[in-house]
Parts: sequence; C-alpha cells; structure tokens
Amino acid sequence: MPLDKPYLDVPGTTIFDAEQSRKGYALNQFCMSLMKAENRARFKADERAYLDEWPMTEDQKQAVVARDLNRCIALGGNIYFLAKIGATDGKSFQQMAGSMTGMTETEYRDMMVGGGRSVEGNRKIGEDGDAQAHRQPQGRQVPKEGA
Amino acid sequence: MARITASVYTSHVPAIGAAIDLGKTDEPYWQPLFKGFEFSKQWMQAHRPDVIFLVYNDHATAFSLDMIPTFAIGTADRYKPADEGWGPRPVPDVIGHPELASHIAQSVIQDDFDLTIVNKMDVDHGLTVPLSLMCGQPPQSDFAWPCPVIPFAVNVVQYPVPSGRRCFELGKAIRKAVESYDEPLNVQIWGTGGMSHQLQGPRAGLINREFDNMFLDRLIADPAGLATLPHIDYVRDAGSEGIELVMWLIARGAMSDVPRGASADVAGGAPPTLRHRFYHVPASNTAVGHLILENN
Repeated sequence: MPLDKPYLDVPGTTIFDAEQSRKGYALNQFCMSLMKAENRARFKADERAYLDEWPMTEDQKQAVVARDLNRCIALGGNIYFLAKIGATDGKSFQQMAGSMTGMTETEYRDMMVGGGRSVEGNRKIGEDGDAQAHRQPQGRQVPKEGA
Repeated sequence: MARITASVYTSHVPAIGAAIDLGKTDEPYWQPLFKGFEFSKQWMQAHRPDVIFLVYNDHATAFSLDMIPTFAIGTADRYKPADEGWGPRPVPDVIGHPELASHIAQSVIQDDFDLTIVNKMDVDHGLTVPLSLMCGQPPQSDFAWPCPVIPFAVNVVQYPVPSGRRCFELGKAIRKAVESYDEPLNVQIWGTGGMSHQLQGPRAGLINREFDNMFLDRLIADPAGLATLPHIDYVRDAGSEGIELVMWLIARGAMSDVPRGASADVAGGAPPTLRHRFYHVPASNTAVGHLILENN
C-alpha cells in the first residue's frame, strides 16, 4: 500500500521525506563536510576532484558545480545541508532562497520587505499563483551583462 | 518541587543572530524587529529563571543524516556554539543542567516518549538566537547566559516530523517530569522556530500573516484544538519550513492550564496570562512571532 504523501501537490515545493533523504544521503553528507575549513579549502581548490571523493551521482555533482539548488533539491538535497555550499561561497540564506525563484537578489529582497510571497494561488498545483510551474522563472528577467 | 513558571515562544532566524553579532540592530531594516523584544529583555531580567528548557531544532549542525533523532535531550554540562559555516557566533558557551535533564529524560521515557539522550553536541542558531533575543548580548565583563539551559532538539528537517498532537502530549509529560523534581527550581520552557517561511524552491519567500495570527490566537486560547492541525496544513499555508511551529506546542503543553501528563493526574488550572505578543515581517525569509505566557 502506498504511503500517504499529501504534500506532493504543493507547487514549487519538495518535501524532504525519507525517500528524498535516501536519494540525497551522499549529496547532503558532502555538504556537511564543508563545515570544516580545510574541506572548504580543498573543495574550492578543485571542486570536481573533491566531489569525486563522494559516492554521488553524476547529476548530483553537476548540479552542485552549477550551484543549481532547485536541481540539487530534486536530487535529494535539503536546504539546510545545501546552505553549507552557500556559506562556502559567502552567500546568505536569503541569497540562496532567492536563487531558486529566478528573481534577482534585489527583486527577492523587495518581495520579502513587501510582506513576502502570498499564499493565494500557491496552495495547490493547478492554481495560478506565482510559484506555479507555468509562471517560472520569476522576476523581470533582465538579460545578464554580455549575454 | 520544581515548577514551570512561564513559557516563551519565538522564531530563531539565523540572520537575527548575524544582525546582533554585527551590530546592525539599529538599522532601519532590523530596528522594528528588535523593538518588539525590548519588553521581553526587561521581563527576562525581572523573571530570571533557574533553568530554561529550550525546545529548538538543529539545522544540519550537530545531527547530519548519519543519525536523525526525533526528540533529543541534552544532558551535558556545557555546549559550544556551533560553526554553521560562517564561523561560530561570538556568544557564551551554554551551561547545561545535567541533573534536571537526566531526571526529565527518565520521567518522560517512562511516560512512553522515546527520547535520544545527548551528552555531547554543539548548539546552533536555533538555540542561541532565542537566548540573544531574550537576554541581549552578555557583556564581556560577565560573559555568560543568565542561567543554565537544557537543549531539547526536535527533528523538523526530515519528514515525517512529529505531529502537533504528539508534541503537545510531550509537553504534558515534561511538566510532570519537572514537577516531580525535588529541588525548588523556577523553570521556563521555550518553544522556538517558525513562523511562516519557506526556504526552498520556486515557492521560497512564502509568508502568511493570516495563518500566523490564527496560530498565535489559538496557541493562547485553544492549544489542544490547535494541536490537531495536520502537517499538510502547515506546509500549504505556512511554507515547508513553517512546520517548525509544532515545537511551540511542546512548550504550550507544559503550561498549567493543560491537564498534566498522559494520565491527566492533575486537572488543568487557570489560563495563563499573556504578558507580551509581537509579530513582524520580515526577518530575512521569515515571519517572526513572539509570545510570553505566565502560569497562574
């Protein structure tokens, strides 16, 4: 009998349950290793070599190198663990959270100062809120310099 | 006997700790938030407890995915502020209360709550930010928190986390444990985390004032009813990390208007006095809520 997972229809949200945790064990433990200064230095010196010491999937390694946190989460990462990568890069929690929305850092910060993202339209997949799949990525999408 | 005199509830956002540590509390962004805790710091000075039983969650700091205890009680003499990747917070070590902590562990486990006992761990912002908010930064001349603290860590990182009902029942068992301790200690119980926030995915940044204020209203006046709220309601309405709010129900279940222990051996007394209530958006990604309830 399948387990009860009523949270699978929440848009823009991956619940870190036992199944995700199992998929992401090596990825998250790699993140934990970055709590030591010497490991941060080794990772920064050669990211790929450091990642190859961990029994992670190729997809997980590439998602880390690309700093694609949404992809990391889909592959079993958890934000509290992934935050160690952000700390290694000198990023705040707000910068990390914002990076998953497609908004610029300023756009995301302004949204928070304005009271945060509304829950209206964002409770269930199929509604029309700004976190729904058909409205990604968010933000004004100013082209990057040189792009 | 020991007694729980009051409960305190507050969010524990890491950026609040950084704002305190970097001297940014007077900046326009932070000033309204810290103003909401001015009363609390005065109240803390006037109502200094002998021990704080501090319910919080570890954020992939002391507990990696190697071991994931649902409920963990700290029975150590002392706990170091953790390096969460930005360096340890410049705050004092947390002094424990091993005797009372072991007593509570013994009593609560006998009441069918299977706690993990922890004799060595570092404590992260989940524990130290509430202490900073309520006590202020300890001066260098007397670099210590005002009293011993028993850390009580709840898994709210990996689902399924304990239900609101389970947390509320646990609070009842903790009160019974405290009240069976012989020494006449004045104990406060703090519930921390929340309020609405989501740190991941395209829905990051979710805030829900209506839900948060409903939660505060019901935590004060209808905690047993609030404890029946299923996880999915927190996730949908308060964001994936808003689930931390179940920890507030542990502290609320330990108050004396609630029947005591699993067998309700002492009936519920008078409702607590609401001493302070505060709500502010945002602190970084999070809505900040805060209550002080005194037992009568």
